[in-house]
Amino acid sequence: MSVLVYTESENGGFKKTAYEVASYAKGVADMMGTTVTAISFNANDAGELGTYGVNKLHNVANSKLEKFNAAAYASAIAQAAKAEGATVVVISSSADSKYLGSLVSVQLEAGYVSNVTALPSSTEPFTVKRTVFTNKAFSNTAITTNVKLVGLSKNAYGLKENATDCAVQEFAPTLNDADFNVTVQSVDKATDKVTIADAEIVVSAGRGLKGPENWGMVEELADVLGAATACSKPVSDLGWRPHSEHVGQTGKPVASNLYIAIGISGAIQHLAGINSSKVKVVINTDPEAPFFKAADYGVVGDAFEVVPALIEKLKAFKAANA
Amino acid sequence: MKILVCISHVPDTTSKINFTDNDTQFDTNGVQFVINPNDEFGLTRAMWFKEKQGASVDVVTVGGAEVEPTLRKALAIGADTAIRVDTPATDGYQVSKQLTAVIKDGGYDLVIAGRESIDYNGGMVPGMVAAMTGASFVNTCISLEIEGTNATAVREIDGGKETVTASLPLVIGGQKGLVEESDLRIPNMRGIMMARKKPLNVVPATDASTETNSVSFEKPEPKGQVTLVDAGDLDKLIDLLHNEAKAI
Repeated sequence: MSVLVYTESENGGFKKTAYEVASYAKGVADMMGTTVTAISFNANDAGELGTYGVNKLHNVANSKLEKFNAAAYASAIAQAAKAEGATVVVISSSADSKYLGSLVSVQLEAGYVSNVTALPSSTEPFTVKRTVFTNKAFSNTAITTNVKLVGLSKNAYGLKENATDCAVQEFAPTLNDADFNVTVQSVDKATDKVTIADAEIVVSAGRGLKGPENWGMVEELADVLGAATACSKPVSDLGWRPHSEHVGQTGKPVASNLYIAIGISGAIQHLAGINSSKVKVVINTDPEAPFFKAADYGVVGDAFEVVPALIEKLKAFKAANA
Repeated sequence: MKILVCISHVPDTTSKINFTDNDTQFDTNGVQFVINPNDEFGLTRAMWFKEKQGASVDVVTVGGAEVEPTLRKALAIGADTAIRVDTPATDGYQVSKQLTAVIKDGGYDLVIAGRESIDYNGGMVPGMVAAMTGASFVNTCISLEIEGTNATAVREIDGGKETVTASLPLVIGGQKGLVEESDLRIPNMRGIMMARKKPLNVVPATDASTETNSVSFEKPEPKGQVTLVDAGDLDKLIDLLHNEAKAI
């Protein structure tokens, strides 16, 4: 018996979400009186997994798995769970983890709950809190199978140090041809931009900006803050910005530490998508905009004056606090 | 090509979310139900295959008689046949079991489901159905082309996209991008009239248990008052974000 956690890596190094799910897995393991084992693919070493409470890393070193492959990764994770006798398996809410989660669930006959925001309220029955109705509510959900699969919401638990020694073992799963039915032909990923999924800060703008030619200041503000850029649904529907930037109920959810909304009125669908962000700032000319009711800080003013002024002041702040 | 589009019957995105029966049931009072938006993009893409490449398009959902208007809407948009599995939808596993029985029975080449439903957001049905039927699976699919038995799909990943190939049978978890928002179809009168004559088959449920159950719901804590900062005093905003919110 143990808790197995899938720790995602990129080019051999762990992503920040890996340390968050590891921290969470340690929390669950403590409640159950057991230890945490991680599984990774082509990791260079154990990284800081030990810092976050992982005792053992099963590393799958396999050149066929250099690119993410949901079916093959899921098979490997399921086999590792069986080898460990894991009763709880923890994954993240990344696009990759959500892709493989249901495949792991079927292979392990493990009840799966995604978008989980906290440690189990009890382990017997195993009950976790998850977001539903796109962050408009929570559900306390019990998993009734022997093995439980938990998908942790991003930024919901944070990093918690629990230093231990992490031993690295090679793990060689049995993979068959069917695991490679879906083949990656090309990956198109901007490497110089912060993604909405990884960002601590997201700067988002809406129709109040009047046209795509005015996004320069949004990007500059994002640059100063090391933030990702996002937009409202009308802006992506109008083709001003790519769909991948659309946040809201039918777009991407945002769970950043800071969310800055410029010229976005705050439709219920938009607010649902960004509800998990911790601190919300709204800049809008209309003091009656619904977003002010959902925000922590607000500036009533013209974005074309406020944003450039804010950029200058933030540059000065960054220079003074560097 | 035989296509099955899995439809979820969900509250409209503007719905107020409330609960009844001691916070154990979703309050459907006054709630307008629609085709799950992620499924609607997939349905529209299926129509494209039907019209341009020749395909039959069936739609399916799991639920009681109350979901039939949503299926009729899918028929009015252009689906050929609707299937309702006559049992309440309880969790992702149970729904996937029901859909798997329909898929095996119908011998579908392509199954299009939405990435997630906008009510429970589980995001597990497409992958579970793929695993249970032994089909290939592409999630968060934003583009799909089929030639013969080969599919080329684009998957949205964190911070970019990935182009993959797979052979049929295939299950996708679709979303916006499969077609544009402006391509979505509003049923016209002719479509609505024709939909009344199209078959809506009610099939009995297969025996399936659940793996999870929702014990209770709760709503987020009410939000505190917003702190307004004067547009001429942005230093104050930076100070608040740095010292009070500790966000920068």
